[in-house]
Amino acid sequence: MYSKRLDGRGFDELRKIEAKLGVVESAQGSAMFRIGDTIAIAAVRGPRDLYPKFMQNPKRGTLRCNYNMMSFSVDERIRPGPSRRSREISLVTENALMPAVNLSDFPNAVVDVFIEIIQADAGTRCAGICAASLALADAGIPMRDLVCAISVGKVGDKIVVDLNKLEEDYEGGSTDMPVAFLPRRNEISLLQLDGEMKKEDILKALELAKKSCEKILEVQRNVLMEKYKNE
Amino acid sequence: MGLLIKEKEFVIPGDVIAEGIDYLPAGGVFREKDEIIAEQIGIVNVDNRLIRLIPLTGIYRPRPGDVVIGQVVNIGFNGWSIDMGFSNLALLSVRDATSEFIERKSDLSRFFDFDDYIVSKISNVGKGNLIDLTMKGHGLDKLHNGRIIDVNPSKIPRIIGKQGSMINTLKSLSNCMMQVGQNGKVWISGENCEKLIEAIRLIERESHTHGLTEKIEKLLGEKQ
Repeated sequence: MYSKRLDGRGFDELRKIEAKLGVVESAQGSAMFRIGDTIAIAAVRGPRDLYPKFMQNPKRGTLRCNYNMMSFSVDERIRPGPSRRSREISLVTENALMPAVNLSDFPNAVVDVFIEIIQADAGTRCAGICAASLALADAGIPMRDLVCAISVGKVGDKIVVDLNKLEEDYEGGSTDMPVAFLPRRNEISLLQLDGEMKKEDILKALELAKKSCEKILEVQRNVLMEKYKNE
Repeated sequence: MGLLIKEKEFVIPGDVIAEGIDYLPAGGVFREKDEIIAEQIGIVNVDNRLIRLIPLTGIYRPRPGDVVIGQVVNIGFNGWSIDMGFSNLALLSVRDATSEFIERKSDLSRFFDFDDYIVSKISNVGKGNLIDLTMKGHGLDKLHNGRIIDVNPSKIPRIIGKQGSMINTLKSLSNCMMQVGQNGKVWISGENCEKLIEAIRLIERESHTHGLTEKIEKLLGEKQ
């Protein structure tokens, strides 16, 4: 029985969210997204020329994501540099953001998104996607929609939203499902599942994720407003 | 039905600006089914039936007729490739570069060499971002001496001001030579460039506030 969450939150309650724009001066657009103790920084560079040349696409621009965890972001130091895990997350992030951006105006060019996790407490890929979406908007890349992402799951016998590391490692069994939403079109662009869950539970969890994404969108909207409103 | 967001209001990507087929999408917005949706962060501008966005951020988008400042990055057989801060290079062909007669196979670096900065005008923007430049026009030339600073392209109209009022103020108060490119590159040359750069950064930072000219006059007048 998982009757109360380990950090005392409600089962449908998110951790504290904080977002900030323009954290990387040299980039065209950048953003920090913090949810609980997970902090992600995203920087967007481009559109710029893509080399090697055979990778260029004359029809539309390319989106290239790079997810990286800082060596000090977790309790035990992780080896810096690319790993199997970071390559996978780079790929799913790219796929999650792809339907939201419109790069048809930049043929042969590339838009680079660099995501750095500076502190990790579960849900890093979701925080990364939220930060990347803000950074892309900040850079002025044409977008069809913003992207909001959140992890939902099952801890013990309860459906919960926004798991932290303690809950992910809960000994009574824990399942984690990261979801990315395009809020306007109401589409899912990322759905992964780590663990086991019944069909009904997945549907219930998705409903919860959708509701939580609305809250995230609100935060994203506010932070974009704050920077540009009085111009 | 109709307009959901009023003119001059702030929108973020994905905001639905209008519904129905009464309006037409122009720059910065797109149509999906019967909705018109914002593509960038910007201010809504409604012109009769046209809806466009005045972007508040983003890279420079080349348009024919714009005067731009670019750097020579490559010299080919019949022209120069110019980098003007866009994702694709622009092309300046020999024919549009000079009225002089150039013999076949002659050395083109005589006119513009690698790394030279030039002021030129966009004559055509073709499919696939093939950008043609021309040097034929008033004030279009190679830049000698001076320095280039980068500013946000969306702030360029503020630096120029109404009918060039701001740029004239800047030039006369700082005694510097100045050339502004629509692509967000500004060339300056003269004795006290530092103050001028400070003034340009002030415009960039506070472009939305009132009484900007007075602030600039105070900044440039005070220190002289």
